[in-house]
Amino acid sequence: MIRKDKILEAGKEIMSRAAIEIPRDYKDGIQQMVEEEEEELSRFVLQSMLENWDAAEEDRRAMCADTGVPRYFVKAGNEAQVEGGFVALEHMLRKATAEATYEIPLRPNRVHPLTRHDNNNNVGINAPEIEFTFEPDADWIDITSVHKGGLFGSDYRMLFPGDGVDGIKKFFLDVLYEFGRRGLACQPAIMGVGLGGSKDISMTLGKQAACLRTVGEANPDPEIAALEAELKEMGNNIGMGPMGFVGKSMVIDCHIEVGYTHTGGMPMSVHSFCLSSRRATARLHADGGIEYRTDPQWFTPYMRRDTIDWSTSETARAAG
Amino acid sequence: MRKVRLKTPITDEDLEGLELGDAVYLDGIVYTGREGVYNRAIGEGIKPPVDLKALTNVTFHCSPAAAVRPDGTYNIGAVTATASFRFAKWLTEWFELSGVKIIMGKGGMSEEDYRKYFVPNKAIYLTTVGYGTGALLGRGITRVKDVLWLDELGIAQAIWVLEVENFGPFLVESDLQGNSLFERENRRTQPMVAKSFEGLKEPALKRYGETTSREDEVV
Repeated sequence: MIRKDKILEAGKEIMSRAAIEIPRDYKDGIQQMVEEEEEELSRFVLQSMLENWDAAEEDRRAMCADTGVPRYFVKAGNEAQVEGGFVALEHMLRKATAEATYEIPLRPNRVHPLTRHDNNNNVGINAPEIEFTFEPDADWIDITSVHKGGLFGSDYRMLFPGDGVDGIKKFFLDVLYEFGRRGLACQPAIMGVGLGGSKDISMTLGKQAACLRTVGEANPDPEIAALEAELKEMGNNIGMGPMGFVGKSMVIDCHIEVGYTHTGGMPMSVHSFCLSSRRATARLHADGGIEYRTDPQWFTPYMRRDTIDWSTSETARAAG
Repeated sequence: MRKVRLKTPITDEDLEGLELGDAVYLDGIVYTGREGVYNRAIGEGIKPPVDLKALTNVTFHCSPAAAVRPDGTYNIGAVTATASFRFAKWLTEWFELSGVKIIMGKGGMSEEDYRKYFVPNKAIYLTTVGYGTGALLGRGITRVKDVLWLDELGIAQAIWVLEVENFGPFLVESDLQGNSLFERENRRTQPMVAKSFEGLKEPALKRYGETTSREDEVV
């Protein structure tokens, strides 16, 4: 049985880690970009970001004050038992959000969309979002906190099969360029692409691809992986870098996730995670143990299954 | 790259030598302000509780990640800018009310806005860097001097009056002639960008009202 107080503890800890500590995979990627970037202004931006992350960790303060719209991704093992049930889990994550907002502190970004009323704690109607998925052969629960800015760098478009890969490339470049000018999307960023699914799922997959996969990780489908590499290469060769300055540091990585879609359509979404890519994951065990990491391991073989059944040996391996 | 340190209040002479792309660090007093403040001070015509002109002449489009402790003191963490283009429509009245010489924020405004609003007021715009150096900027705050309209506007929208030291980095985005660093860089990247779109065919379904020129900007 996973205890409620452990969920609260883990929820607050991942809120703090996400806000303050830049994930290693991301920082390594930026360090490599600094070495390859030849333009002075673009280099200055990347160098300033590296200094900023050091300052954040030394001072234990948020790396970016736009602490985004905090949200959670929960992956529950099929055998996991939660004290008070999943309603209690949601309750604890709302409480963790409010307490962490005050204690870290985070910016209370969440307001009512019409009245603009602010509860000053990042909790409100439908906030924070908590998404659930499940994993067979496991009794743990993974909780990932993501803090992503909320205004720029994402878009959706209904493409059609006849538009082909050209359509995908063009829309990707459109988004990159539209929000890359003046650096509105805070690039370089991990770019997430959602292809297929229903319209809303296309958006969801793209968001998850940007926020829940790490730098350097390729999609296991070789055809998709090749397109990921191609989009990344294209994005870094539009002559534009951080803040829209002349340069080439634009896409630190590109992740594509797909969903089976309507036979007549090819919906596509593009999402830019932040220059401060903020994610942290906790795995809660029944014995009260908690392990922390920065790789959400969200897209498991079970998540990407494409028939009625699934390979149990593969999912068992993924579940540890 | 040139690095410049400026002390508030800013004088006309301070700004004369600045060039696009110079890195600037500030000492003195700055205050935050964004849509909540503009709506209240200009839209509703409610006078701010203190004379902003007497305070300093530097303002920042941002809000801090901060909390108010039960004893009324403040815990201020990181500070990061918000996109400025949304605030251009309030600038005529804002310059009159505040007399600011420097506006800082994210992403700048258009050269047209600089020439219309900033140049006549001998003011410039500084952009934050990468838009994520919140911890470095947070470090540059030595004291929260005051928070105005906190009850009325909430933590994210209130006017935070901050004492700062070596507060930066910022980049000079507009000069006294109204030139924009971002627009200069846009013009320089244009040929390469145009090339990367070459040969890609247009999607079958256009979007209603979609701009067809990549010369256009969304801000």
